[in-house]
Amino acid sequence: MAQSATDAPPDGLEGFVADWSSDQRAFKNVPWGKAMMWIFLLSDTFIFSCFLLSYMTVRSSTKVDWPNTSEVFGLDVGGVSVPLLLIAIMTFILISSSGTMAMAVNAGYARKRKLTAALLVVTALLGASFVGMQAFEWTKLIHEGVRPWGNPMGAPQFGSSFFMITGFHGFHVSVGVLFLFIVAFKVARGDYDLGRKGFFTSRPGNYGIVESLGLYWHFVDLVWVFIFAFFYLW
Amino acid sequence: MAQASTQKLEGQTHPIKTYLVVWLWLFVLSAGSYMVDYMQFQGYLRWSLILTFMMLKAGLIVAVFMHMKWERLALSYAILLPPLLVLVFVAIMVFESDYTLLTRVLYFATGTPEAAGE
Repeated sequence: MAQSATDAPPDGLEGFVADWSSDQRAFKNVPWGKAMMWIFLLSDTFIFSCFLLSYMTVRSSTKVDWPNTSEVFGLDVGGVSVPLLLIAIMTFILISSSGTMAMAVNAGYARKRKLTAALLVVTALLGASFVGMQAFEWTKLIHEGVRPWGNPMGAPQFGSSFFMITGFHGFHVSVGVLFLFIVAFKVARGDYDLGRKGFFTSRPGNYGIVESLGLYWHFVDLVWVFIFAFFYLW
Repeated sequence: MAQASTQKLEGQTHPIKTYLVVWLWLFVLSAGSYMVDYMQFQGYLRWSLILTFMMLKAGLIVAVFMHMKWERLALSYAILLPPLLVLVFVAIMVFESDYTLLTRVLYFATGTPEAAGE
């Protein structure tokens, strides 16, 4: 498992072939947890791709006009309707949480225990506020009569696409918030400094877990980039 | 077994400044894509701007925040190449939805059964 410093694997394309044809492990320099997180995220990519694809299909095959998302998701601020205001705020919140998450990963590898835990908590709170705004948005639309089978603004497929895509994304954010709090607690307790054994794994964890969690969180932000572009702006 | 605290971690560390610069850029690009809607750009200009901002943001997140830029090619290719196949799926569904729309236009033109020739 250990790679001695003298025979470091080659880089570039040569390294690609060498890594994949080696009989130990293909993903050198990557902890197994991180490799598995990447593979999970790849499968998740396909799930969200299918949602966005089915949205594309129903939207481009309907004869009825698609609702104007700019107006549907607009907010009244002092009597002036600002288009997509809530969605813009949600976008900035999610990007900020991605920033604090990146800092947390960095602090974790620098073994700054308290800073890591604090940044993870900040990330979780930003994520929670995102979910809160999404709940507000759902409530608003449901009050306006948007249902999975129809709505007063236009094509009936709008509702099913909206609830399915944003619902699945919101679920991902919610799970992420939960895990952020759990890992923040474990970091704060010093689990990864003391080598305390995990509840499920019965093995000591390390700060690599913060990076795997970070990958998941950035992925949630990444999916939002695509939802924002295709569903809200298109 | 080595203690977790003394174990060598195979993690990556990069200067904080890198993250801050990318963070700032993500804000700028998000503001840009929001402005596309705020300024009410339409047509090809709107779509190309949306896609450009989207790809730039996605690229920055994957490359820097998710550290893909610094990974070995064995991992990068395994993760980044398969999603490209989604584009094939997109092409298939474009044809499919075009066909569905065509049949709807032909047979449900006015929304009455008489008009559909029944």
